[in-house]
Amino acid sequence: MAPPPHRRPGFSRKAQYGLFVTYVVAIAGTIVAALLLTISVVDPAGFSALRTLGSEITAPVARVVNAARQSTQALTRNFSAYIDAASKNVTLEKELKANRSAFIEAQALRVENARLRGLLNISDDDPQQVAVGRLISSTASSTRRVATLSIGRNFGVERAQAVQGPAGLIGRVIETGPTTARVLLVTDSENLVPVMRASDGLPAFSAGLGNGLVLIKPLNMGESPFKVGDIIITSGNGGLYGANIPFARVIRKTSDGALGLPFADPANTPYAVVMKPYLGAARAEQQAIAPDGKTKEVAE
Amino acid sequence: MLAIPIASVILASMVTTLPFFSSGPLLPPFGLLMFLSWRLMRPGLLPVWSGVPFGLMDDLFSGQPFGSAGLLWSLAMLIVEIIDSRTIWRDYLQDWLIAALLITIVLLGGWWIAGLAHAAPDPIILLPQIILSILLYPLVVRICARLDSWRLAT
Repeated sequence: MAPPPHRRPGFSRKAQYGLFVTYVVAIAGTIVAALLLTISVVDPAGFSALRTLGSEITAPVARVVNAARQSTQALTRNFSAYIDAASKNVTLEKELKANRSAFIEAQALRVENARLRGLLNISDDDPQQVAVGRLISSTASSTRRVATLSIGRNFGVERAQAVQGPAGLIGRVIETGPTTARVLLVTDSENLVPVMRASDGLPAFSAGLGNGLVLIKPLNMGESPFKVGDIIITSGNGGLYGANIPFARVIRKTSDGALGLPFADPANTPYAVVMKPYLGAARAEQQAIAPDGKTKEVAE
Repeated sequence: MLAIPIASVILASMVTTLPFFSSGPLLPPFGLLMFLSWRLMRPGLLPVWSGVPFGLMDDLFSGQPFGSAGLLWSLAMLIVEIIDSRTIWRDYLQDWLIAALLITIVLLGGWWIAGLAHAAPDPIILLPQIILSILLYPLVVRICARLDSWRLAT
């Protein structure tokens, strides 16, 4: 490529000044961008309105493409279901018979549990469903793991609500727009989730690694107590995320914890349920007592 | 007609809002690739300061802290400007090399900036994205060249 023609504008003063001005504008613009960046680092929620505008503009296209993608997936699933249908049917019937007794047992346990809760006067703070939507896009080219939800304030979605799919916990809402919302996925490094081991309730914390896995660290120190295959569920500690939501499966043990693979795959989840913050009422009361004290919550 | 380069860069920035779900950062920053190929293929077509508005536009869609691409793309533009003032003649391979260097710098810079505002993951997870972006650059240059011949025809 030849050198650009404008580099030496000749003896014309006007052209020389024009070139000089573009450089001044470029450097001034860079400084302005750096200032904007400083503002958004200090106050990450500051430009959320602009980002919301961005996702609102592109949401219609994303919705259409996502619908097409989902129906293609359904088509291939339906086709593959026909392959080996007879033997699959036999296996499934066998499994159904085996599961029936387990199901009855679970039903009995649920009844017993409800009766015991009634005896102990434990009020059920059931996490309530706010709305059901779909994940329509994600920040696939950034190190942040944020997805866009197809519903927003029009369905009552608000900040700090938990989002879960049929397979497990997906994340929580960090920004809302009129018809879209942004969800911080559990695999983002920023997202900490209080969890426990399903088998014995061993308390732990989960932090995203940004590569589709989560790091699960137990609260007590010492050697990692996890085994490959352990099932991790949310514990509901501290509110926000409800208890007993399926969370992840341990795939590797590390020296001080374990690596987990979340059950909910954002690429493959047919729907996403937005839940009210767990123990949200109690949290609101706490906030009311100390409105701008040390317990003040900061927006993401 | 400047509308074609402007529209192509903005549309390329919007690619990330299509329903691509990846477990890590994998999708190449198409806006940046398109921007760099216009700059390297047609020096002087986009003004020196154009990195700021294009970058800020990209920030709306990418999920990075606002201003991150505005700063990095503008710095990339200035680096190309400095390279252009030192070299007399660039060929295609040198363009690719410059683009590869700038893509790596911008992606690592984006990782660093995201780490200032939020907890950041290990930088090693950027490696597949960097390699993929560098390998996809020639394709974007070809798209850019087609658009350029269209631009010259109108």
